[in-house]
Parts: sequence; structure tokens; C-alpha cells
Amino acid sequence: MEKNVAVRMQHITKAFGTKVVANKDVTLEIEKGEILALLGENGSGKTTLMNMLSGIYHPDKGEIFVGGKEVHIESPKDAYNLGIGMIHQHFKLVDVFTATENVALGMNKTEAKNRNAIAKGIAEICDRYGFDVDPDKKVYNMSVSQKQTLEIVKTLYRGANILILDEPTAVLTPQETDKLFKVLRNMKKDGKSIIIITHKLHEVLAISDRVSILRKGEYIGTVETKDATVQSLTEMMVGQKVELDIERPEVENKEKRIAVSHLTCLNKYGVKSLDDVSFDAYGGEILGIAGISGSGQKALLEAIAGLQAAEAGSSVRYFAPGSEEESELIGKTVTQIKQMGVALSFVPEDRLGMGLVGTMGMTDNMMLKSYKKGVVFADRKTPRALASRVKDELEVVTPSLQTPVRKLSGGNVQKVLVGREIAAEPTVLMAAYAVRGLDINTSYTIYRLLNEQKKKGVAVIYVGEDLDVLLALCDRIAVLCAGKLNGIVDARETTKEEVGMLMTNLREE
Amino acid sequence: MVKAASKKEALVRIARRDSMAMWKSVAIRLLAVVLSLILSGILIYAIIKENPLKVYESMWNGAFGSVRRTWITARDTMMLLCIAVGLAPAFKMKFWNIGAEGQILVGGIATAACMIYLKSLPAWLLFICMMVASCVAGAVWGLLPAVFKAKWNTNETLFTLMMNYVAIQLTSYFVALWENPYGSNTVGVINQGTEEGWFPPVFGQEYMLNVIIVMVLTVGMFIYLKYSKQGYEISVIGDSQNTARYAGISVKKVIIRTMLISGAICGLSGFLAVSGASHTISTSTAGGRGFTAIIVAWLAKFNTFTMIAISVLIVFLEKGAIEIASKYNLNDYVSSMITGIILFFILGSEFFINYKLIFRSKSKEAA
Amino acid sequence: MTGFISLFQAAVVFGTVIMFGAVGEIITEKSGNLNLGVPGIMYLGGIASLAGAFFYENSTDSPNSFVCVIIALLCAFLASALGGLIYSFLTITLRANQNVTGLTLTIFGSGVANFFGGSLNKLAGGVGQISVAATSTAFRSGVPLISKIEGPVGQLFFNYGWLTYIAIIVAIIAQWYLTRTRTGLNLRAVGENPATADAAGINVTAYKYLATCIGAGISGLGGMFYVMDYTKGTWANDGTIENLGWLAVALVIFTTWRPKNAIWGAYLFGILYWAFFYISGLTRSSQEIFKMLPYVVTIIVLIFISLRKKRENQPPEALGLSYFREDR
Repeated sequence: MEKNVAVRMQHITKAFGTKVVANKDVTLEIEKGEILALLGENGSGKTTLMNMLSGIYHPDKGEIFVGGKEVHIESPKDAYNLGIGMIHQHFKLVDVFTATENVALGMNKTEAKNRNAIAKGIAEICDRYGFDVDPDKKVYNMSVSQKQTLEIVKTLYRGANILILDEPTAVLTPQETDKLFKVLRNMKKDGKSIIIITHKLHEVLAISDRVSILRKGEYIGTVETKDATVQSLTEMMVGQKVELDIERPEVENKEKRIAVSHLTCLNKYGVKSLDDVSFDAYGGEILGIAGISGSGQKALLEAIAGLQAAEAGSSVRYFAPGSEEESELIGKTVTQIKQMGVALSFVPEDRLGMGLVGTMGMTDNMMLKSYKKGVVFADRKTPRALASRVKDELEVVTPSLQTPVRKLSGGNVQKVLVGREIAAEPTVLMAAYAVRGLDINTSYTIYRLLNEQKKKGVAVIYVGEDLDVLLALCDRIAVLCAGKLNGIVDARETTKEEVGMLMTNLREE
Repeated sequence: MVKAASKKEALVRIARRDSMAMWKSVAIRLLAVVLSLILSGILIYAIIKENPLKVYESMWNGAFGSVRRTWITARDTMMLLCIAVGLAPAFKMKFWNIGAEGQILVGGIATAACMIYLKSLPAWLLFICMMVASCVAGAVWGLLPAVFKAKWNTNETLFTLMMNYVAIQLTSYFVALWENPYGSNTVGVINQGTEEGWFPPVFGQEYMLNVIIVMVLTVGMFIYLKYSKQGYEISVIGDSQNTARYAGISVKKVIIRTMLISGAICGLSGFLAVSGASHTISTSTAGGRGFTAIIVAWLAKFNTFTMIAISVLIVFLEKGAIEIASKYNLNDYVSSMITGIILFFILGSEFFINYKLIFRSKSKEAA
Repeated sequence: MTGFISLFQAAVVFGTVIMFGAVGEIITEKSGNLNLGVPGIMYLGGIASLAGAFFYENSTDSPNSFVCVIIALLCAFLASALGGLIYSFLTITLRANQNVTGLTLTIFGSGVANFFGGSLNKLAGGVGQISVAATSTAFRSGVPLISKIEGPVGQLFFNYGWLTYIAIIVAIIAQWYLTRTRTGLNLRAVGENPATADAAGINVTAYKYLATCIGAGISGLGGMFYVMDYTKGTWANDGTIENLGWLAVALVIFTTWRPKNAIWGAYLFGILYWAFFYISGLTRSSQEIFKMLPYVVTIIVLIFISLRKKRENQPPEALGLSYFREDR
């Protein structure tokens, strides 16, 4: 039977440097009018493969055929000319430009019309597929989901017939995801080919026609979605049987560790990033924090850690384990909090930009917590011992303790960071997006480490984006919406839909 | 529409290197210097029609042709090195201190003021006064942009740049004030007869003290940056201010402290220039060395020992070029021109250390 | 009144030098390249125009003023653009640090210019001897009709060499280009977020090269104007071009990256530069203190911008960073 192939990638190999082979002899096909899910763990080379289609990278070996003809895609411009458009995970938008200006970028002379005509074209696309875009809004005023919509509209405006979406749902609520999927189905009906990169299995099953699987840069196979199950896909993705259930141990005698009340913070433009948030966190429990990205999660953790100033009336009280003593953390610096004897560990979202020093090795990164102990010269012996302990216990793969940590893979970077924070024997452990970008095995290692801390009586605060994980791992979930606490639910009782509603719809008071 | 389809694959691609053997990177840099010397040689030949080898011979003579010349070369190398050492902590913190020029000048003014107004003090006390005054003046000049950077994130590159010109005007003011003899528009050699406030000879060498002071600073700065707690804080801030805050480092405090140190050492090199070399002050006391030192510090990747080698090279070129200029009746600016060319080459050579080129034919063969 | 008129006239002359420098640098910086080589580029422009005019005037008995102007303009533009090309090659293709490359370009440019300036003087028979009278006169001639206007208004606004008005026109064109045209939009995108521009199919490298070279060419015209108009076609290596070059860099910040603001900003800087001359009762030493004014004002503006944090007034977001598509 004659197949209607839109793109064929054949024997594609791509390496970075001499050590990292991102793709090894991958062959992939996408047909016209279908949705293909490209499934693989983090670091399996999905994005790299697609970047070769969109002209960001160029394959070391292999051929690409579009509409049956061999093509050399040297730049994103070539990709555009071939009708290929990619929506990247980090949006490719200029913040200080309006929506229209962003769409107008890179057009050639014949395409470029005046801005009114472009705005009209945007409106047409919006009508056709059910988008909503304000053409005069500046990007820096847009929400994440609005930015994503703009990206898709931009790509369609440029005449893309083959759309690649890189983890499009990572930043969306369940409701927004449904809306996106509706649009994608409309586009499919219109004859467009869509490749969606993801590692969320239930989404693969919900939206795609076929699934192609990559593992460690290699092509594993393609299956029809209707024949696939979560378990079968996981095995293809990971290469072994995986226990997908996350453990949730029960801990008796929870004691109050942190009491947040009326916490209000401003961002650098003077807008409230947190608005009157109050809750308690207990030792021996994992408190999940849910919310669409940018709902105040960052400010919340940083305010508790002493990194973010809070407005008058805010309070964060700390209750030392096994004693009646309580102390106020607001208004204290990181150093002061430490001197008060509060063992607070924090795994921030931005691992290399905040938790670690990318240009330094493991030893020097361990020093970050202890370097102040020396008189004039910093002590390097203890950190070195700690570094080698973390390396052994968490199986960190690194050439040496001196190798700059930014050269390590995402999973190893996270192990270094979490290992250091846990080694400090905390009474409070805060972790933001602790498994983002990690493969399944490392993710489960992290869940295990968090549960161990919980069993030791540590108060764990876990900011997450994957609702399935939050529901399975946490004891309670506090939901933030636009800087406000929109409710705290029991993770054992609640549903994804309920949490999703709390994330988007601010309750009336 | 399928225009791209017919297009040939690009001829050459660029990829980042993982690492490179030490000897290779040194060889690339040496090659860059040699290439630039050849180019300068061709240029000089085109201008004066003289055998380039002979030209290089006279350049060597200019820098090391006699004991006296060698000492002057050493003195000027120390001056440049001192500034670069001063800039190192600021640059390591990713604070673009382009203001060394100004910091040298105010250090020089402070030194000259001590020489003029405090000459009745005992020599050792005057020496200490000059040293302290020049450091304080330089530190103040570094402090201003640092405070604004720390508090409001004011762009330090342009702030320090402007501070240079404020310092130049300040120097002009003092030159006019201290003019000697009247109407000459210069300060003249200060304390010419009595030599108060001049560097004393050490081991019989006029400029030995310059060498000692700067070498102590060079070694001290190396240890400070590499082993001290403060040096560690500087490295963390240089990588990421957020990480520094996370670790409980007061970013503001460290920025200000580091710029005080940086400014003080640059101020001290003003002291070297005035008290240890020219014994006068003018707007050309810094003579662009504040800018050259930025390049020295950058190329040395903040390693103070590498700075020694680069400083020697640059001062050698300067002295050599001046020798050619006087021998072949050209003007001194030929040295800036040649320095510029050589620095261009060294800057460009860094690319071949960090990246590699992959040619099409080669990658096809591999396939 | 006459005091103010002559102050204003002096300010316009220096202001024009700075304006060319700043408008060129704005275009360069909009592509994300912070070129601290402006003083060197202005030196290159100045010396190249002088050399070109000198050799032309020496080659003929009756130099044609139109040819003089064309030769000087071309030499200045090309030599400066060549400076920009060196900078572009090092920072864009070879990814060298922009600040360090720019400073080196300044050292190089001042070396080349003063070296050849000195040589030209020697060729012409001694210090300060070079003179390209015909070319300089051609540049200093006013605009027909309006230069005839007399009285204070004429003296204030209409009595300058025609290049003064060209500078304003160049600034207006640059403003129009950056805000109203398709390629101007693309250029701004390159300076704000090169990865985005690249993904949109814009040739980032080409835009950066062209903006930097054309920007340098325009900056270089400032050096030429200084040589032809202010020093009347002679060469003196007193470092004034370098001072004005740094002021041009400062003016870019003052304008918050908008060429239209360079028009009045440049004249304001000119006034501040010469203010000491027209304030009575200053001694020779205290005059020097007054010469600090333009630099102090720039510092104040710099602080002010950083305090206000207005999104639209910030420098291009990728200013000073090199771009490599395959960086991960």
C-alpha cells in the first residue's frame, strides 16, 4: 500500500563533543495528517533529533527526506521553507515585542505586509483552529499558555505543514492541556502532520496515532497507539520492567515544624508574587505544592529560606524538633537562619544557576555549605570526603571530583545537589521540581531519598509539576493560584481534576 | 519552495571542544604570537623597507639591549603586571572594571600630593604615607561604581569607563595647580634635587623595589584567589550571583570588598608610576596601561603567573617598537599599532582552543 | 547672548562628532554587539579621510571639491567599516570577548591613526604641516540658501557645514529603520534574543556583521567630521578624538538606545563639554574640574536608568554575549 509519508529521517547520527552521542542511527517516518508521539526518557535524544529537522542542529550522518525528496536543512530558514515548524520547550519569542511583531520576525520581502495585515492573518488562524491571541500584547505580559499559543500561531502563519511540539504540556494545567489537544486534533483534520515530544504516557495514549520510541539515543521501534498500554510503552522506553508505583510510607507522630502565616512578597517589578499565604508543614510528611508555573512557588520557598524579602505582617515560624522553642525566620538572612540552628535544606529549581556552581567540581560545590568554617583559608578536606561519599552512595557518574559539574548530565547534577542537601541532616527539606529533566530511574531514586527523609521525621516540602507524581508521593497538597493559596487537599482523597481546578480558578472569598 | 533541497551541505562546521591538552593550547597561543609578529614584520617592511629580521633584532635591543634597558623593561612590566593583578579579582567576579586607568591616576595624584606636601617627613614614614594614600585613592575610585552596582545593578563597564575621564580631568586640575615651572603646563620632576619620596635603590638596583612589591602582590593574589575563603566567594559570585545568595554569601558586601581591593592595587600602581618611575604626574601617567592590563588579565584567565608572561611580551613589544621608531625615524605610535595586531591574534587564537572545525570532505570520508 | 551663541556653535560641532559616533554604535548595539572600539573606529575614519584627501589634493593642481568630498567620505566609511569587520570577525566568528576586543580595537585604531598622522605630517614637511584645504573647505561650506540666513537664529542653526545636517538626517533614518522596517525589526530581535531570531529563519551572523560594519562606518564619519571641520583638515594627536569616542559610547546609554534622542543628546553633551569656556571667573585649574561635566552627567544618567528599571529603556537583552547555535 502506498504510504503518504511527509518526512523520513534515515540513519541519523549526531554527537556532541567526542563523548556524548545524542542520536545513533535513528530512522523515523511521519505520515501526512497524523499525530506521532516521540517518546523517550529525558536524555534519550528526542529533542536533538527534532532539532535536526528544524535546522538548529545538523546531523553528522544520515539523510532527511521531505515529501520524498532528499533535503539538507542547514538553518531554521530552510526548515521553514520546507513547511517544518517547531515549538520549542523554551519559547523562541522576543519579550519586548508584541505578538504581531513576533509573528513578523524573519519574514522575507514578499511575505512581509504591514502590521495590520499580519494582525488580520493572525485573527484568521485563531478563528480556524480555536486560538485566542491579542496581537498588540507584549510577550513579557503574557502567561505561559498564551506564549505557547502565540508560538503555534506563529508557526502556522509561516505556513508550516509539519509541526513539532517539544513537551508542550509540561507547563500547562490539565484543562489547558485538553484545550491544546483539541486544537491539535483540528489541525490534524486539516491535513497537518504533528510530532509531539513527550515522556508522559497517558498523554501519548490520549492524543497520538502512532508512537515512536527512543532510548539512549537509539531508535527502539514504532507502535500503533491503539495497541499500546502504559506498561508496554514504559518497557520499550526504559528497556526493563519498571515498578511504576511510587511508595507513600505512613509516619506516626507528625509534629508541626513550620508555620507560614500571612506571607506576602513582591517581585522585582513591585507586583505581588505571593499574597497572604498561610499553612503549616509537619515533620514526617511530604507537603506538595502545586500550581501553574509562576504562581508563586519560587517566592514561597525562597522566602522560607531567607532569600526573598517579605512584606510587613508576614511570618514563618520554625519549631525545633522535640522542644517547645519557636523562632521567626522572616527578616533573617540565610546565614542568620543557619546560625539559629535551623537545619534547612533547599534543592532549588535552577540547579546550576542557584544550587550549584557550574564551573566548579564536586568538592568545591560541597564547600558551598561549609566554606565559612575556615579562618582565612577555606577547608577543603572535609568537603572532599563528603564529595566522594556522595559520589559513591548516589552513584554519581563523573570523571573526577574536580570535573566542573556543568559538564555532568542532568541526573548526576541533581544527585550532587540532593546528596549535599541531605548530607546536612536537615529538619526541613524543600525541593523544587526535583525530577525535572531526569530519567525514570533517577527520578525514582529521588522519590526514595525524599521518602527516607520523611521517615526520619523531616518536614519535606515538594514543589512539583506532574500531578500524577504529586498525587502519589505527597501526603497533602497545597495549591497556589496567582500567588494565593487556593486550598490544601489530602493527596489520598483528591483527584487530578480537583487539583487542576484549584490551579486555575481562584475561589471567591 | 523546496529551494533548500538543491543546496549543498555547508563546507565547514564548528563544534565545541571538550578539552585540550595543555601543550596544544600553549602551542596555539605561541603560533598566534609568531603569526602576528610575521604580519607586523611585513607591515614594518612595507613602511621602512628594511629586512624584518634586522627590525626584530633592533626590537630586542630596544628592550634588552643593555642592563639599563633591561631594567626599564622590567620596571614597566611590573607596572603593567601590578594593574593586571589588581584587575584579576574584579574580573574573576565578572565585574568589568574598565576603570583601572582612572584608579592609577588618582593613586598617582595621591602619591604626588604626599611628595609635595609631606616631604619633610622621615623617608620611611613618607613612604608609608604615599603607599597608603595611593591605595585609599584607588579604592575610593573603585568603590563608587561598586556601590551602585551592588545596590542598583548599575552597569559597571560604563560607570568605570566614565570614572577614568573624571580622573583625567582631576589630574589636569592638579597639574595646573602644581605647575612647575610656571607656564610649562607640567609638574616637572618632583623633589628633583632632594629625591624625597623616590624609591630607594635596593641591592644597588634603582628599580628592584618595584619588582619586589609587584612580585609579592602577584604571589599573594594567586594564593588569595585560589585558597582563601574570600577568593572562594569571589569565584561563586563570578559563576552565579543566585548561587552565592543561596549559599548565604552577601553579594553586595563581596562586590564592594573586592572592588576596594581591586581599586587599591590599581591605585598602588599609580604609586609605582609616580614614586617608583617617573617622579612626576601628568594625564599620561597611566598611558593606556589601564586598558592594556584588562587584556592581560583576560588573556591570562585570571591566573596571576600567566600574567607575568603576557606582560613581558607586551612591554617587550612596546620597547621594541619605540626603538624602531627612533632608529628609523618613525613615531612612537607604531607600538600601539603592533600591540593591537598581536592582541587581535591572541584573542582570535582562543577560538581554536575552545572550538574545532569540521570540514565537509573529512566528515564524508569518515562516513 | 553672543557668549551663548558661540557656546552653542562649539557644542554643535562637537555634538555632531558624537552624534555620528553614537548613532553608529546604537545600530551596532542593537545587534547585540557592545563595541568599545568606537574611539579607535573614529580614529580610523579620521585618518583615512585625511590620507585620501591628502593624496588626491597632491596629485592634482586644481582639486575638484566634489571629488574631494566623495574620496574623503568613502575612505572614512570604508576604513571604519574595516575596523568593524575586524571586530565582527573576532567576536562573531571567533567568539572572542566583546569588551576585550573592543578595547584592543581602540588601542589599534589610535595607534594606526596617530602613526600615519605623524607620517603624513612628516610627508607634508613637518609637525602640523599636513593640510587638505580644498577638502576641508568643501566640507565646511554651508547648505545653500539657509546658510544665508542672518541674525541670531541663523548663527545658531544655519551656519554650519552641511555634514552637520546630514548627521541629523542619519539619526532620523536610523530611528525610522529600527522602528518601522522589516529588517529593523529583525535586527532588534537579533540583539534581544538571537536564538529566537535564528529559529525564525533570520541569518543572525549576517545581521550582526552588517550592523556592526555599517554602524562602525557611521561612527567613523564622526572622526572624519572632526578632522575636516573642527581641525580644518589637519592632524594633531592630542587625544580629543578618543575623548569624543568615549562620549559617543556614553551617549548611547543616555539615549536609551534610540537614535532620535541622540540628536538633542549630542548637542547637550557638546554644551557640557564646552561649558567651562563660557563660565566666567574660572581659573585654569578649576576649568579642568568643569570639563568633568559630560562624564559626570553620563554617570548620573546611568544610575537613573538602573533605578527606574523600565522595560523599554533597558539595553538589548543579549548585548555583550556571543551566539553559537549548537550551544547546549
